[in-house]
Amino acid sequence: MAETTMKPKNINTAPGYSVELRRLWVYGMVFMLAFTCTIVYLLPFGNMALLSVKDSDQQVASATGSVLPLDAIRFEYEGQEYDVYNVPLVEGEETVEMALVQKGRNTSQFVDINNPEQGLVEWEGNWRGLELVTVINPKWENYIDAWNGIDFPRVFGNTLYIAVVGMIGTIISSLLVGYAFARFPIPGKNILFIVLIGTIILPGQVTLIPTFAFFNWLTNSLESALMSLGLPSAIFNPLVAIIAWLPLTLPHFFSNAYNVFLFRQYFMTLPKELDEAAMIDGAGPLRILWQIIIPLSWPVIIAVGLFHFIFAWNDYFAPLIYLLDKRELLPISVAVQVFNFQYGSRPELVQATSLMAMVLPILIFFFSQKIFMKGVILTGVDK
Amino acid sequence: MASSQVVEMQDSAEKRKNQAQGLERQQKKWGLIFLSPWIIGFTVFTAMPILISLYWTFTDFSLGTGEPPQWIGLANWQRLFRDSDTLLSLSVTLRFALIALPIGILLPLGMAALLNAKYLWGKAVWRTLFYLPYMVPAVSGIFIWQAFLNGQTGWLNRMLRILGFESEFFKPVLQQFGFENLPNWLQDERTLLLGFLLIGVWGAGNAMLTMLASMQGVPQELYEAADVDGASAWIKFSRITIPMISPVIFYNLVLTVIGLMQYFAVPYIVTRGVPTDAAYFYNIHFYKTAFTFFDMGYGATLAWFIFIISLFFTILLFSTSGKWVFYAGGD
Repeated sequence: MAETTMKPKNINTAPGYSVELRRLWVYGMVFMLAFTCTIVYLLPFGNMALLSVKDSDQQVASATGSVLPLDAIRFEYEGQEYDVYNVPLVEGEETVEMALVQKGRNTSQFVDINNPEQGLVEWEGNWRGLELVTVINPKWENYIDAWNGIDFPRVFGNTLYIAVVGMIGTIISSLLVGYAFARFPIPGKNILFIVLIGTIILPGQVTLIPTFAFFNWLTNSLESALMSLGLPSAIFNPLVAIIAWLPLTLPHFFSNAYNVFLFRQYFMTLPKELDEAAMIDGAGPLRILWQIIIPLSWPVIIAVGLFHFIFAWNDYFAPLIYLLDKRELLPISVAVQVFNFQYGSRPELVQATSLMAMVLPILIFFFSQKIFMKGVILTGVDK
Repeated sequence: MASSQVVEMQDSAEKRKNQAQGLERQQKKWGLIFLSPWIIGFTVFTAMPILISLYWTFTDFSLGTGEPPQWIGLANWQRLFRDSDTLLSLSVTLRFALIALPIGILLPLGMAALLNAKYLWGKAVWRTLFYLPYMVPAVSGIFIWQAFLNGQTGWLNRMLRILGFESEFFKPVLQQFGFENLPNWLQDERTLLLGFLLIGVWGAGNAMLTMLASMQGVPQELYEAADVDGASAWIKFSRITIPMISPVIFYNLVLTVIGLMQYFAVPYIVTRGVPTDAAYFYNIHFYKTAFTFFDMGYGATLAWFIFIISLFFTILLFSTSGKWVFYAGGD
């Protein structure tokens, strides 16, 4: 900063120059820039929404034309259905909506759809140059197809189980570990904390294969143990599912660096006198945690819970490797991918399922924006 | 009497000392108990797997056959440097990272600077809108972008068409790049990686938010002092804002590098699991080796190799950080 060049401040003294006007102009420019960025940023959503309510015909018909889900209006005349066009019957006047009954190269026969009793009218000119009359007709039933096709209730249930169990696990374990780092005299605490934070930048591949082998062994042996019990399928099947989901839930019961960091930072802002006062009253660490710390920590508990829920909802790689051969147990991310690889020829269903998968995270984000962003900032800025 | 009092006092002092020591010990014990989930988790799910996978790099081992790993010495490591797929995937990953990394930092930085501008109305709304796509599950985002980048029906090409990019006037420009028409972004080998970069734009929200929060924490006095010196907006940004938020930039830089070394979902889904050479990223190679062919010995070698490379980059970043990352006193 020391080398900042000294420059006389530019002051425009020209007559008629208005500071107010200049400021307004700058405001306008910045606003336009933000607006443009947002439009470009958010356009894919529009693409998705409109494509998801088109049927195949609409997609073909408007491949390079309108983006709206348009259907041609059909008009029934003497037992036959015909397309309707805007026909400029009289030069220079408003066009008339007419059904094309008899196509011809130079002259065609039309009938006025508002006045069919008038009978056939001949129009000179090429009908191909006319504008087809269409109506917006979104195919909401695509969503029903997508819902049934992906078996949304089951997929939703799978994801909910994986997310909620992992959420409980990570809240309990990270809270305890964060409490330990924030309050207790542990030998080598600083080194341990650096190791913990270091796991954030550890590439996942390097632990993956042995972990995969471990869970492969664990789930197989648990399953065969379960099999030998000879349980009725009503109990057996859910238990098998819970075992199969262990690789996606169990690791979260051993805390994670981001969440521990959040809890630790939060606990360090709580006055230590609270603990000490309780300690003098003879309360043990568990009681202090339960009766003093936790009641004050709901904001961070909720933040960690939300983060984990969103993480589990979006997680793709882990369910892909652990569950790919168990189709009926897939969570939403992999289920949407598998479904869409099968239904690639129906882009509207691909888009509909993509929308269905993002509704809940987006809703959660909208309703808990403040907590959410605070948490992101805390982990991102304070380290 | 006096002496007995003294003894008593000494006694109680000793007692208190003992008590304090007992308390200290007690606290240590509880601290370790509370810490145990992480200690156990770190041992079982991090430390041991790292060491075991190191051991497996020296073995021939296929899960599913039920046979134990066979020691084969350095054969996997030798194979690594002769395997053209490995070298290809590494070069695809590194070349992509070389372009994606600057964008992954500069884009959120630019967005944060825009949202931090004094002249912007409705900051909270913009912030939410810019952050929003980050909340979209990766799988959904990829399919949404696939539709958006579709050569015929996608809105990007529709817009470019409206802007006249397929007109006679622009044809020579397209031909200059070897295209007859507007490219089908994700189908064309030449534009595939560009498409990946566009998809990645949606991931900028998180970095933007942290950079923005950090920018808002820069003391106003610094800017006021610069104003007195008549500094331009650019000088203020490059000489005050950037140094003041450099720790956050550094943090995002490290995370982006690690993320790029693990790039998987986008190329895997866009190419429907069968990537061509242009999209054959390292992690896809790893996935195929370990989880399609169950060649765990060589898979572990691939994992350790990318671990070493990531470590190299991380150390490189940390060693240069002293020169440009500016930590404001304390903490």
